Amino acid sequence: MIEFHVEARSGVPTYLQIVQQVRQAVRLGLLQPGDQLPTVKEVVGHLAINPNTVLRAYRELDVEGLVEGRRGVGTFVTEGVTVLPPDEVAALRTSLQQWVRRGRAAGLEDEHLSALFAETVRPSTISRVA
Amino acid sequence: MTAPVALRATGLGKRYGARWALRDCTLEVPAGTVTALVGPNGAGKTTLLQMAVGLSRPSAGSLEVLGRSPRDEAATLLPHVGFVAQDFPLPRGFTIAETLKLGRRLNTTWDDALASERLEALGLSPGEVVGHLSGGQRAQVALTLALAKRPELLLLDEPVASLDPLARHEFLATLMEAVTETGMTVILSSHIVADLERVCDHLVILSHARTVLAGSIDDLVAEHRLLTGPRTDAETVARVHQVVRERHTERQTTLLVRADGHVYDAAWELHEVGLEDVVLAYLAVGDPRAVAADPQREAVAR
Repeated sequence: MIEFHVEARSGVPTYLQIVQQVRQAVRLGLLQPGDQLPTVKEVVGHLAINPNTVLRAYRELDVEGLVEGRRGVGTFVTEGVTVLPPDEVAALRTSLQQWVRRGRAAGLEDEHLSALFAETVRPSTISRVA
Repeated sequence: MTAPVALRATGLGKRYGARWALRDCTLEVPAGTVTALVGPNGAGKTTLLQMAVGLSRPSAGSLEVLGRSPRDEAATLLPHVGFVAQDFPLPRGFTIAETLKLGRRLNTTWDDALASERLEALGLSPGEVVGHLSGGQRAQVALTLALAKRPELLLLDEPVASLDPLARHEFLATLMEAVTETGMTVILSSHIVADLERVCDHLVILSHARTVLAGSIDDLVAEHRLLTGPRTDAETVARVHQVVRERHTERQTTLLVRADGHVYDAAWELHEVGLEDVVLAYLAVGDPRAVAADPQREAVAR
């Protein structure tokens, strides 16, 4: 089970913050197919937000096909959603940590590292390299 | 008993002597919403809520709550309406058990199990004296009493103003859990915009005894835009969009507009706004001093 958090000052609507956190958790393997999302009441009781905000987020994720609501039971990560196996995520994280250490050793600030990373993963860059 | 409109005021006014505490107030609160009632002190929020539970009689206009008149049909209406008054006026000498007994005796509908379970979950024992509780605990007791009525409509007058941030969070979390379970309509007066943004989906702004803005928060925020551009008068924009607030420096003009469709004018730089920007702009709108200085605002203060 995951727990959501809300940043009031981020400028991102609350429902969208929840959507992004679920997507992120699925990508990172924190949520596996068949896992249940917190119930609306649990989220509301934890974050003190309007239940419609949670419903809207879950609806959006449902439309995307990432989760499915089962009436009277709860909301679950869709079976068959492709997620990376956790050990693969761990391996990627380790090599990324090595990369970060090398960058810092070369005198790059964190901001530079982030910019370099963002530029590298941008689709146009990848296709140019390929 | 479910009405599409939980509360409807039409030209509603309340006068104390020569002073109007609320004047020409027309608004609708859709059933099933969590509505924020926002306005500066003295805007008429408490007056409106008190009339809604029949504590005072309107001097002008009409007021319907769940399709009934709060004064003339109090006996059939009030069992469906919960009210948490400002500063939680509970008998301070009573124990929690005695307070619950009072609630049981005074209400025709009363869910004793709900009340006891909730207070137990809060870690409050029946023998504790209300006057010895912290502000946050007293707030929770007041909310529990109101929820145990299983109201269809719950009115709360500045419920979190006196609470510390943690107690405020817990209070609002409890309230939102109850909304999730029951789907009841909530009207909540406050001026802490950050809280309102989290818990409310509907907004009514009262300023200087009048309604200056009402609607769904998502819609209202989406409709408003901040325009900045070289110093100019607002006339050309005002022909298409409603100008809520204008500010000028020597070189620059900044307008907060309620856009009627898209804003295409290339002369202006467009910015999205948050709920707080909208609320601040409209609170200034209702200010009679501002209206006198700026005829543009007159149009908005309907």
